[in-house]
Amino acid sequence: MIERPLYSGPYAHERVSVRRTMLLVVFALLPATLFGLYQYGWPAIFLFIVTLLAAIVAESVSLWVMGKPQRPFLLDGSALLTGWLLAITLPPWAPWWIGVVGAFVAIVIGKQVFGGIGQNLFNPAMVARSALLVSFPLEMTTFPAPQPLLSAQAPDMAQGLAITLGDTTQVDAVTSATTFGHVKTELTRGADMDAALAGTYSLWEHLLGTSSGSLGEASVLLLLLGGVLLLYTRVISWHIPVSMLGSLALLATIFHLINPSLYLDPLFHLMAGSVILGAFFIATDLVTSPVSVRGQLIFGAGCGVLVFVIRTFAGYPEGVAFAILLMNASTPLIDHYFRPRVYGRDRRGRPLNHGDGEDQRP
Amino acid sequence: MKLFRIRGGVHPDDRKQLSAEQPIENLPLPPLLHIPLQQHIGAPATPLVTRGQLVRKGQLLARSQGMISAPVHAPTSGRIMGIGGYPAHHASGLSVRTLTLQPDGHDEWDDSCVGATAPFSMSPEEIARRVADAGIVGMGGATFPSSVKLNLRHRYALHTLVINGAECEPYLTCDDRLMQERPDDVRDGVMLMARALGVRRVLFAIENNKPAALAAMRKSATVQADLQIVGLPTRYPMGSEKHLVQTLVGKETPARGLTADIGVVVHNVATAAAVNDAIRHGRPLISRVVTVTGRAIRRPRNLHVLIGTPLDRLIEYCGGFQEEPVRLISGGPMMGQPLPSTRVPVIKGSNGLLALSASEVNDGAEMPCIRCGSCVSVCPCGLVPLSMVATIRAGRLESSVHLGLLDCIGCGSCAYACPSHIPLVQHFNYAKGELAAHQRAQHKQGEIKRLIEARTARMEAIKRAKQEAMRRRKAEMDGKKAQNEDRRAETAEASR
Repeated sequence: MIERPLYSGPYAHERVSVRRTMLLVVFALLPATLFGLYQYGWPAIFLFIVTLLAAIVAESVSLWVMGKPQRPFLLDGSALLTGWLLAITLPPWAPWWIGVVGAFVAIVIGKQVFGGIGQNLFNPAMVARSALLVSFPLEMTTFPAPQPLLSAQAPDMAQGLAITLGDTTQVDAVTSATTFGHVKTELTRGADMDAALAGTYSLWEHLLGTSSGSLGEASVLLLLLGGVLLLYTRVISWHIPVSMLGSLALLATIFHLINPSLYLDPLFHLMAGSVILGAFFIATDLVTSPVSVRGQLIFGAGCGVLVFVIRTFAGYPEGVAFAILLMNASTPLIDHYFRPRVYGRDRRGRPLNHGDGEDQRP
Repeated sequence: MKLFRIRGGVHPDDRKQLSAEQPIENLPLPPLLHIPLQQHIGAPATPLVTRGQLVRKGQLLARSQGMISAPVHAPTSGRIMGIGGYPAHHASGLSVRTLTLQPDGHDEWDDSCVGATAPFSMSPEEIARRVADAGIVGMGGATFPSSVKLNLRHRYALHTLVINGAECEPYLTCDDRLMQERPDDVRDGVMLMARALGVRRVLFAIENNKPAALAAMRKSATVQADLQIVGLPTRYPMGSEKHLVQTLVGKETPARGLTADIGVVVHNVATAAAVNDAIRHGRPLISRVVTVTGRAIRRPRNLHVLIGTPLDRLIEYCGGFQEEPVRLISGGPMMGQPLPSTRVPVIKGSNGLLALSASEVNDGAEMPCIRCGSCVSVCPCGLVPLSMVATIRAGRLESSVHLGLLDCIGCGSCAYACPSHIPLVQHFNYAKGELAAHQRAQHKQGEIKRLIEARTARMEAIKRAKQEAMRRRKAEMDGKKAQNEDRRAETAEASR
């Protein structure tokens, strides 16, 4: 009657799968992404589609080269998610080849050379984003001001296609510095913080997402909505987002209190840039973050500290991708040293002694 | 009562409603009973009957052998048809020594089955002895001889008896029904065990998903001041001995230790009922309640079954299969064992027979680990199952031991929650088996070495002794020769 091999139990399984996990993350990203696509119109839509397609093609080619089956791995949704995450961290009007190069870097170098899903040390989307930023600084730092779809000045479909195909004239007309970019430039010019902030976006604009920035990172509100969905469905736990945002806020507050004219308001640190996206969607990447609770708290705190350090003291105005990559590198170390305490043993692995005097056993 | 938190755990769909409302029914006598000599942890019992012998219900068929063992009794009256190999109630389906009994239909009790008139004035030793004689083993599935646990008072300072009525495995309802239908018997069994252990405090723990059993036991317990019924939060593996104790008393059992190390002994509900039957009525353990359930079973039931009844009789009584089951399981779906066939008999530890349909099993294709950490957060033992699997796959079994392989209780929460459908428990069981085999081989090698060395030493000694003897003889001979020569010289002199 029973032909299948006799495996150990359990013979019941929670209704979970890798595919469900990946698709839930994609679903959680949907509100912020749709809003981003609306904000930046046709060029953003083209870039988004091109990046996603390139990611899936890269995955398929890698699988073919490695002789792995296509179906289960293409359908697991991981390539889709990587492409998606990369696309929403790109400048919305970037040319098509940025998306294609990025997607290949992410999938091939970021993921498949390590052995495919689950094996990579670094978050593939962040590997690609950093590689692009270092290699193509101009394209990667040209941010247009939002031109909502169907608004008067928004490019139509043909113009959008032209932008995606590399026509930079229109982009140059509407470029706008991001908050961190603007502040960094002004401060290096010797301006005061208040003066620097006066010329850029307000906290409200960051909350709603009408500020300029990468494709899907603008709206803090919609990203938080997605984050809450991930927490609710238990795809992620609260530890990494809370410790990352907490450590960033703490450091920023301390420095801001010491010298408000030199150090940015902590609320800007939390709401401008891509830290919310990073804290809920990228630092929490299952593959590249620690597995234990203590490990996750340390990992998150490390990310937060590095974000602050890079934003404040380094040459780049934004540091979420670099911070997360650096902490990804320390994940194996964290996992090795911060394991949960085993039942019936103390932290050092010795059997518990309840201190009832001598060992009760003869 | 204040309860303590345990880490991890999962909330599987319990599907107890399939059989929870079915009262316990007696299964009709089957034409043949197959009674294995080993239904417990420890040494198999030694048969005392011969082929063709007529036996009566409750008569001793095979006696316990050694410290950790349990006797086997006749489940009904009839004729012994043979003693030989029969497929075991085990995933391997290997043949084990089994008595085959043909019931005569009279179901006559043996004269030796006499109950005690005043059980509560018995000495603890007497209670433990009777429990041992009745062949009672842990009926939650572990099948450890209960009397050994009742005698722990000599070696440990015990203060609490915990009765495990958690029944945290999905599907199973046999303990639930027992508590609802025979609460007073269960209670008396519990109090007898408490007397045997010499403990003052008895905590009877039942998961809150069994309100009827909780109410029945609470009502029954009103006459016993020192018996406290405790409702437990519903979470798997609440019924794991060490985790149950931690929930109730707030202390973890030291690694590699027993709950007795922290003064607690745990017994199962069905064991308590069996102790009551044994001491009050003199009835040895010859039957038990089995839950027959799963979506593939037409009419799920709770059946009172004689030990040795082939499983296909149970399935037949429940209306057979309504669809082809993909899995046949002995026990619950989380820690139960797959069964290779329905021919195998019910044994003392069989609490459930599950015929699962494809929709219940939710088998998925195995994917690579995505390090999501679900296994870490659900592990009740604080292990990192994904690392253990990685080391086992790499063949580094020793490192998996350092990661806590031997602290794993095999509850299956990790494999249940794994989105990649990795059969983690299969890997752990494989590694545990390999390690045990390795240890046995090493032990054997050590023994061989010891014996060879002993033999060499013995040979040496014999050789030395021989040489010694030869030398002595030679010396003697030399002495004699010298004497003879002397004598010859003397006689020669004298003759001259």
